[in-house]
Amino acid sequence: MVVVRYRGKQYELKAGMTARDAILKLGLDPEAVLVLRNGKLVDDSVILEDGDEITLVAVVSGG
Amino acid sequence: MGDSRMRCRKCGRPAAINMRRHKLALCDECYPDWFRGQVERTIRQFGMLAPDDKVLVAVSGGKDSLSVWDVLLRLGYHAEGMYIDLGIPDGGYSTESKVRALRFAEARGATCHVVSVRDRYGLSVPELALRRGRIRKVCSLCGLVKRHIMNRFAREGGFSVLVTGHNLDDEAAVLMQNTLTWQPGYLARQFPVLPADDEGLVRKVKPLCLMYEREVAAYALVCGIDYIQDECPHAIGARTLFYKEILNQLEQRSPGAKAYFFAQFVRAKQSGSIQFAEGGERALHACEQCGQPTTAPGLCAFCRLWQSDAPTGQDEDEA
Repeated sequence: MVVVRYRGKQYELKAGMTARDAILKLGLDPEAVLVLRNGKLVDDSVILEDGDEITLVAVVSGG
Repeated sequence: MGDSRMRCRKCGRPAAINMRRHKLALCDECYPDWFRGQVERTIRQFGMLAPDDKVLVAVSGGKDSLSVWDVLLRLGYHAEGMYIDLGIPDGGYSTESKVRALRFAEARGATCHVVSVRDRYGLSVPELALRRGRIRKVCSLCGLVKRHIMNRFAREGGFSVLVTGHNLDDEAAVLMQNTLTWQPGYLARQFPVLPADDEGLVRKVKPLCLMYEREVAAYALVCGIDYIQDECPHAIGARTLFYKEILNQLEQRSPGAKAYFFAQFVRAKQSGSIQFAEGGERALHACEQCGQPTTAPGLCAFCRLWQSDAPTGQDEDEA
């Protein structure tokens, strides 16, 4: 399993999908988030592996 | 499992970011240099800064302002920061963002000035909004307060230019909003450089105006800039976010759409092929109370905000 964190919430997803697929699965916009895998910035084509800790960083701010 | 990841175009290491609009993927070592080069090019393209400028960077503790400050320091500019403590209590938002701005400055041996709205004027921004009955319009009130304080501080401190961290998504969202509602006055004033005015408006520039918000966040992350990632609690549901969402949908379908939208607007203004009348009298004069430039007769909108019985305009001055 892969642990994915986003805005204080935690999700568990199956390994084997790309980070972009994971972003879409969570209903997020790939343009609006960046992916940290085990604390390191990676592009969203990376394939998620068992034990990965993924943090999705929201990049959009406004006001 | 084999590594099928995208590779850095420059060195072949695994990519940290893929920028579809540029058809360019870069690793975390090559990306910061590329980013700084892009910003430097924007500064040159619009003649934003001179080497001897005394620069004041408006810093919020967020990714944009800290990143632009970082780039300017690395490019060798004399750049001091100014943090405006708005006094937003929710989840310690103002405290957390101030800590990040000060830590950033300390780590680089840079100066960060702090102006507390409550200490200087008696009320925090949320308290002022409550008093003025503008709870639902805190963002516009906050913007007015920040513009006033930034300009005043820059002017009194002898700074020749004020830098803000507005990125391309910010600019494109504002452009979209002002186009959909046909606001010629706002469209007339939107540009990467806002010149100084004899009446006291300090020159304002936006070196990140051609960088996507995503690219700025990536720069902050790979450079280890500790910025506040939480959204301002008052910005939740803001119209700007709505327009950014729409623009990102366009970007998904057509990479580069956001950049094209804003860059073509700027080019058309530069070439004179589109022109907007600002509408009405825009002559600036000094506010009777604070001396800051304003288009309003008598007191500026900022000074009127602090008078309990005076009506408040929102945007008529301090462009």
